[in-house]
This record gives sequence, structure tokens and C-alpha cells, in this order.
Amino acid sequence: MTREDAFTQFLLQMGDNTLILGHRVSEWCGHAPVLEEDIALANTALDLIGQTQMWLGLAAEVQGDGKSADDLAFLRDAWDFRNVLLVEVPNEDFGRTLMRQFLFDAWHSIQLGRLMKSSDERVAAIAEKASKEVAYHLERSADTVVGLGDGTEESHRRMQEALDYLWPYAGEMFQSDEADAEMVKAGIAPDPASLREEYDTLVSRVLTEATLTIPESRFAHKGGRTGAMHTEHLGHLLTQMQWLQRAYPGAKW
Amino acid sequence: MYAQMIKSEATQDDPEKLAAFQARIDAGEKIEPKDWMPEGYRKTLIRQIGQHAHSEIVGQLPEGNWITRAPTLERKAILLAKVQDEAGHGLYLYCAAETLGVSRDEITEMLLDGRMKYSSIFNYPTLNWADIGAVGWLVDGAAIMNQVPLQRTSFGPYSRAMIRICKEESFHQRQGYDAIRKMAEGTPEQKKMAQDALNRLWYPSLMMFGPSDKDSVHSAQSMAWKIKMNTNDELRQKFVDQTVPQAEYLGLTVPDPDLKWNEERGHYDYTDPDWSEFFDVIKGNGPCNVDRLAARNKAWDDGKWVRDGLLAHARKKAARKHAAE
Amino acid sequence: MKNEWPLWEIFIRGQHGMSHRHVGSLHAPDAEMAIKNARDVYTRRNEGVSIWVVEANHIAASSPSDKGPLYEPSESKVYRHPTFFDIPDEVGAM
Repeated sequence: MTREDAFTQFLLQMGDNTLILGHRVSEWCGHAPVLEEDIALANTALDLIGQTQMWLGLAAEVQGDGKSADDLAFLRDAWDFRNVLLVEVPNEDFGRTLMRQFLFDAWHSIQLGRLMKSSDERVAAIAEKASKEVAYHLERSADTVVGLGDGTEESHRRMQEALDYLWPYAGEMFQSDEADAEMVKAGIAPDPASLREEYDTLVSRVLTEATLTIPESRFAHKGGRTGAMHTEHLGHLLTQMQWLQRAYPGAKW
Repeated sequence: MYAQMIKSEATQDDPEKLAAFQARIDAGEKIEPKDWMPEGYRKTLIRQIGQHAHSEIVGQLPEGNWITRAPTLERKAILLAKVQDEAGHGLYLYCAAETLGVSRDEITEMLLDGRMKYSSIFNYPTLNWADIGAVGWLVDGAAIMNQVPLQRTSFGPYSRAMIRICKEESFHQRQGYDAIRKMAEGTPEQKKMAQDALNRLWYPSLMMFGPSDKDSVHSAQSMAWKIKMNTNDELRQKFVDQTVPQAEYLGLTVPDPDLKWNEERGHYDYTDPDWSEFFDVIKGNGPCNVDRLAARNKAWDDGKWVRDGLLAHARKKAARKHAAE
Repeated sequence: MKNEWPLWEIFIRGQHGMSHRHVGSLHAPDAEMAIKNARDVYTRRNEGVSIWVVEANHIAASSPSDKGPLYEPSESKVYRHPTFFDIPDEVGAM
């Protein structure tokens, strides 16, 4: 794999994560448990969409074939997406949505912290802007996970179920391959595996406070960040998200 | 405007107090929550502010219907920000209503069980992407007609909420017009979508102003109290006069064969909406009434464990802190 | 027990070194969440703010004045501002 291909893949991973998660979170708009949460979730989604524009914009620039961030978001098929599986699983209840958000935010904040020191100035600049937004996402999702985990009997049960379901999707964020090795060599991005220790410390502190139990199994689903095998859910998400662009090719919106 | 058919409550208060109250309003003073006010004023305001708030919240649904299908990242962000603003506006208005002694949960339940209404417009569906443009252009345009004067309404918290809302709302109509303009100037299919949206939403938009003044018996008291600032027909005419040239600029046809400029009046003559349809929608028989209310009920019911859970945690935390002190 | 989240009054200081101003109210289970909700609800167009929250039933004063808060344009969400949209002059006021 050339450095350029590896770089593109890395940028797609970043941008597709925020694109797909932003899309999922935006599905809540108008349906949240309370108005204040509705507004807060929309803010998170807006931040993620904004980050998507930056990451996919840079990916398009690096690819250098005249495409735009929109082309990448709306005109690729599922196998070209490089997001982790965690962000594409459906929202289900508010508990699963917030647990998914927390598990992602924890990784995201650590990752962006490392990327601020990237040898590529453009990457460092995006990471710097995004890291402020994500620091708040993490604060909010962690607090909510704690509040619901240590809330009522029902909220505790639902949060434990959410954690049990989502935990096998957390491991993929730390899997490394040859493209990652290329990024490490270039000083552009850290080795994903190197983030795990900090992640485990952070996550276990919050989940302990939330009185929740981390499943013992370290089994991890994989295939999203390499594009080898997404979940069935991604295709459905794309049929909605990409519909207008696909049905009316070339139209300007 | 998001408040239609608000019946003014009759008032049976001390005539002297009433006269003094009216004098304050006539002098342009603001009434604040702790001031004396006629019971009718309070009840009418709760109903009007509540209906306005409910309209914002239910109004999230037809536009929210397109968030996951927005055609570009920028359009998606714009639409999401806009629908989020509606939630914020609902929140400000519920807070204004709370100063009159009705809690958010109480007033929410009145929406959910059908005791309170929301604007008829949100019982119409959004069927193609141009509807998102048309809603911003027409529905927000109509709402602004009413909301701008309401900034001067006599009740302080309501007035302040409207000021904040108008400040935020000003981008809504423009984004709508900008979105539908792209369509009207786009491919033949896009133009067809834009015309289709205008065809379906024109009359429901005119209905937003409520029935004709001659059939609207509730206005006089509300206007004296400055909680209604203009008559329905005044605002509707203003809306038509403003909107027709905007449609012409887009090359779209307003679905009213009798629409024409009346030189003598200095206004457009237009066809009234079908008021029997309006009353059907108000009664619950619009295309989306049942679904809209079901969606709000589902969000509320599904959210109960979350609201209860976070509150239970807050109480535990407070108790632990108390025990430690 | 009644399970409605308490009502909080929100005070915000913009970045110009002015006093905290009452901007509105919201509901939250506790003070920490009230601050976060205030950030999400009342600073959507602001930058550099300080937030105070007071539970509404602890306030023993009349409501503050009705001047709007100062908004700072948000660079990354320019579309929230009407001037983002180019409306041709022929269209008239909007």
C-alpha cells in the first residue's frame, strides 16, 4: 500500500466515523426523551457533520481526482466506507445511543489528542478544532452514562444491556493493519493499538462510577475500518442518506 | 400564528382593577408574572403560548422527516440546525408559560392527550425535498408575519421569548427560499418538485392565519390585551402580497387562478383557502394528525425511564453529598 | 413523588467582560446538568461564555430586562445567520 493510499484510508476512517455517527445521532431530532436532550443531541450531530466536511474534504484533496466531500459521502457504496462498525449499529433506545456515543467519544478524544501532534499540518489543524467539540461530547455522554447507570433499576438494567451489546464493537477501534503502520512511519497518526491502555482506564473509571460491569470477553467484531465486512445496517443507512444524490445524478442542491 | 382559534377567556374581575390593568397595557407597559392580572388574561395566554410552543415541537416532525435524506452535508447541517432551533423555540415558550403557573410536564400532557392544539400546518406531510425549502419560505414566512409584532406583546416573558425567537428565526425563512430557489433553477425534475411543494403548501400556509375576521369572534379582547397584535385577514393579505413576487421570481405558479393585483386596493386579490378542510384538520382529520401525535407520545413514553433515571441519580448524588457533610 | 425535573434560571456572560445576564430558563435534574443544558440551549450562537444556573424556586426577585444577549457569530455554523443566504434584490425584503 502506498503512503498516499494509506493516508486516504486514514482520512476516510476519520470522516466516515463522524459521518455515520452524526447521521445516527441526527435521527433523534424531534424524538428525544426531553427537549434539552433533543437540543444537545442535535449539537453533537452538527459537530460531527462539520468534522465530516473537514475530514472528507481533506480525503478528497489527497485523492486529487476532483471529488468533493459530498461526492465521498453520497456516492460511495458500503464497501468503500471505512467507519468502525460501532457507529453504524442502530440507535435502539436512548440508552444504547448514549452508550455508543460514550464508547466512541472516549476513543475519539484520545485519538484527536494524538492527532494534534500529527506531522501533517492539515490533520493537526482539524484535530485541534474537533478536539474542543469532542471534549464536550465526552463530558456529556460520560455524565449521562453515569446518571443512567446509577439511576433507577430500569435505567441501570437498560444501560447494562446497552454495554453488553456494544462492548464487542469497541475493540475494532484499536486494531492495526499495514495502512496504520504506514501512518505511524510518516508520523501522521498513532498506532490504534497504542490508544487502548488510556481508553481502558478512562472507560473503566466512568463505567465503574455508573455501577456497570464491563463484559469479560475481549472478543471484537471487525471489518468496518478496513471495509472488509460492514454490518447489514450500513446499507440501509446509505439507501436513505444517499437517495436524492443517487436518484437525481448531477443535480445541484 | 402558530396559535389559531384562541378563544379569549371571559373575565369577571373587579372593574376597577381591570381598568387599571388595561391602562397599563394601553400605556405600553409590560405585565410581569408577579403582577396582578385578570384570570382571563392568564388563561388565554397559557392557551396561546402553549399552542405556540406545541406547534414548534410538533413542527420538528415534518422537517425532521428529511434530515436523514438531506442531499448534501451542508444542507443536512442547515436543516438539523433549523429543526433544533424549533426545539429551542418550543423550550423558550414553555418556560414563558411556566411563569403563568403551568409546568412543562402539565402542558406537555395536555398536548399529548389532545386537550391542547398545535398549528394546523404541521398536519400536512413533507413529500419531496423541495418541501423543506417551501416550509422555510412559506410556513416560517407566515409565522414571522405574526411573530415580529408579538415581540411587542404585553406579557413580558412572552415578549422576551418572541424577541429571542425572531432573532434566531430570521435565518429560517432565508434558508428555505435559498433551498427552493436551487430547485426552481435546477433540473426539470427539481423544478417539478418545487412546483409540487408550492401546490400542496400554499393553501395550508394561508390557513395558518386562522379563519377570516368575520368568522373569528375571539379577537377583540385579545387585541385589547395586546396578546394578539393584528387581525387574521390583515396578516394573510400581507403574506400574500409579500410572497407572490417571490414565487414569480422563482418562476413558480401560485395555485390560484384568480390571483391578481388589485390596483385600487394596492393588494393582491386571492382565493380563500377551503375552510371546511381547515376545520377538518383542526378536528383531527388532517393527513398527519394521528401520526404526529403518536410520534410525540412515543417520544414522551419511551423517554420516561431516561427522565426518571437521571432525576433518581441527581437525588442520590445530593443525598450522598448531604450525608458526607 | 413528582418526577418533573426542576426549573433553572440561566445567566450567561458573553466574552465582552460584562455581567452575567438572565437569558431564560430550562429543566435539568441537577445543577451540573443544568449548566450543560444551558451550554447546549442558550449558547448555540455564542462563543466564550460563562454560565450561572440557579434553581428557579430559590429566586426571590422580579424578572430582568428584555434586552437581547449579544451574539457572536459562530464561524463553523455560518448558515444560522440570514446573511449566509444570497437573496436577489428583485425578491424584496426577507
